[in-house]
Amino acid sequence: MSMVSPLYWLPKTENFRAKLKFFQDQKSDDHVAWSNASTLANQQLDFVQTNALSNAALHLLDENVPWGTTIRLAILSSSTTTHLHAGIRVAGLRRGLKFMIYECDYGQYLQELMDFSSGLHKFKPTVVLFGFDARHVTSDLNAGLDGAQCESVIDSIKSRIEFCWRQASELFGCQILQQSILPVLPTVLGQAEHRLAGSRAALIESLNSWMKHAAVVGDVDLVDVNRHLLHDGLSFWYDQSLWLRAKQEIKPTASPLYGDLVARVVAARLGRSSKCLVLDLDNTIWGGAVGDTGVDGICLGQGSAEGEAFVEFQEYVLDLARRGVILAVCSKNNENIALEAFASHPEMILKRSHIASFVANWDDKATNLRAIASNLNIGLDSLVFADDSPFERELVRRELPMVAVPEMPIEPALYAQCLADSGYFESVRITDEDRVRNVLYQENAQRQTLQKSFTDMASYLSSLEMKLIWKPFSAAGLSRVAQLINKTNQFNLCTRRYTEAQVMALMDDPGHIGLELRLTDRFGDNGIIGVVIGRFDNSCDMVLDSWLMSCRVLGRQVEAATLNLIVEQAECRGIKRLIGEYYPTAKNAMVRDLYKTLGFSEKSWDESGAKYALEISQFKALPTFIEVLEG
Amino acid sequence: MEDREIYAALTEIIRDVLMRDEIVLTPKMSAKDVEGWDSFKMIEIIMMVESQFSIKVGSRQLDRLETVGELVDLIRVGTAKHSQSV
Repeated sequence: MSMVSPLYWLPKTENFRAKLKFFQDQKSDDHVAWSNASTLANQQLDFVQTNALSNAALHLLDENVPWGTTIRLAILSSSTTTHLHAGIRVAGLRRGLKFMIYECDYGQYLQELMDFSSGLHKFKPTVVLFGFDARHVTSDLNAGLDGAQCESVIDSIKSRIEFCWRQASELFGCQILQQSILPVLPTVLGQAEHRLAGSRAALIESLNSWMKHAAVVGDVDLVDVNRHLLHDGLSFWYDQSLWLRAKQEIKPTASPLYGDLVARVVAARLGRSSKCLVLDLDNTIWGGAVGDTGVDGICLGQGSAEGEAFVEFQEYVLDLARRGVILAVCSKNNENIALEAFASHPEMILKRSHIASFVANWDDKATNLRAIASNLNIGLDSLVFADDSPFERELVRRELPMVAVPEMPIEPALYAQCLADSGYFESVRITDEDRVRNVLYQENAQRQTLQKSFTDMASYLSSLEMKLIWKPFSAAGLSRVAQLINKTNQFNLCTRRYTEAQVMALMDDPGHIGLELRLTDRFGDNGIIGVVIGRFDNSCDMVLDSWLMSCRVLGRQVEAATLNLIVEQAECRGIKRLIGEYYPTAKNAMVRDLYKTLGFSEKSWDESGAKYALEISQFKALPTFIEVLEG
Repeated sequence: MEDREIYAALTEIIRDVLMRDEIVLTPKMSAKDVEGWDSFKMIEIIMMVESQFSIKVGSRQLDRLETVGELVDLIRVGTAKHSQSV
């Protein structure tokens, strides 16, 4: 009966009311309640259902609930946005984020920014979202002004926007979001609107394109409603009479999608976006079943629109890989036949070498997805599973609710757009490591092959000719260091997250030392794989505030070589003792006993975490096959 | 469309939007008689009505709207036009 949700890649909901009632009536602990809420949120909800779920789940969004990551979002807008809160909260539930939302008084965003006693300052946001409505932002311009007057008005509009960004960033050191300005004003000249210096409609267009550059400079993340508006049409997002009635520039019906756009960019900054696309083969990357028809019989490329659709989809997937998405294959097929299609079909865009983990067998797909995640050393919640079969999708959703499983359209021509719209791989920036991730995983595969040819680990490790190259935090490494700090979940002792600005501040702080670690070997450069932050507590102690490492280099003695380096660096600063801390999370059990293994003695241990100490005078450098160099 | 059907569908919409399962609509009922039925909820109700009955409620009509009975009239007239044009 109810409206179709704009979140079309999520499965349709049935009996929503009954499920919601069940959720509300359960007196479950927070963990169970949270996962129930997240399951409900991962369905195609319309705005009324979204409101209802947000309301029902409010008790879970309390800061004191020990589940999910709290985001303190301040919305600084010139129009009404209260109706958008539920969409943002529910999109947060989808990603393990608890949104606490503050909204400035109607139209008071500048005053609230400037006034240190305002509610905004008391709220202490960790994310600020600016949304300026079209009329407000262009109000100083009119068609009667001459060129020079217009130029000065437009300059002052731009500096006002940049002032807001700078002010929020300096005051709160937080993530800044800027919503694009909706093109809701009618033209006065017509198709040559851009020739009229004082056109407000033309100004919106030019501000939006200016904003893309300015946002890069100001380190601001865009909530680009306008990109979606190109597909959905203005009337999906905006209703003229609603604006007049309630000053809502975004329609309530669009709030589920709006909320998702906000939450995905917040999640991306936290390193919560998906990392790996797992592809089915038959009818997902080519038409037909290769096991039935043979390699020559599959539908791919030349001769049919369907075949061309699969080629285009493969090209899109390859572009995802080029910018850092890991690719895997999970197919019910005979492995030899599946591999033969990759090797010998002339129209295949994807090659075996693009696929970091290739699983083709007759096991159930949930089992195979577990194997893929463990093979790649990433969490199941980092996987997006693309499969044309509703049966397989449903099975995976039921067995592995943490895996993202988009409802693939029936029409293969729409697969790429569906993945793009779903936003699972949303990224706010691209690092050099992202560009070469594919190569890194291929090199890893080679290392594994070499490993198989050695019977003992020691001769394998020594054959790798590893070098751990360290330096203090550097401007060049900054974005990768921040990415690691925010993305690393498993080998991470304290899981403290820092923004780029905070990492930058550490560089000049004499009370801290930050080390970025790069690992090279005979197969290539693994890039920056480790981060250590030490804090000088007094003249004798250094506390290891953060120690984390990419799981790509596990089992290669990097942790031992890192400790040797830490001790050496501490010693030359006159430090007598290292203090290590371990704070358990859902994902970092692998480093639970790291300090003990490395020779630290246990000081205290309670449910919040453990403290260890290492007397430097008693420490003997640990033997490794890694050469440690400054570089 | 019969008034009985309109009332049934409208009751579902209003219960969903206001999140209150006990609401029973009467023709004379107006927004101020129902706790939580403010101007924003009114907008949401109208958007659901427009979508489910495939009609458009104009700004003027909405400004004048007072009671549930009047809303049902709008829906009856709107859907009648709809079925004529089909």
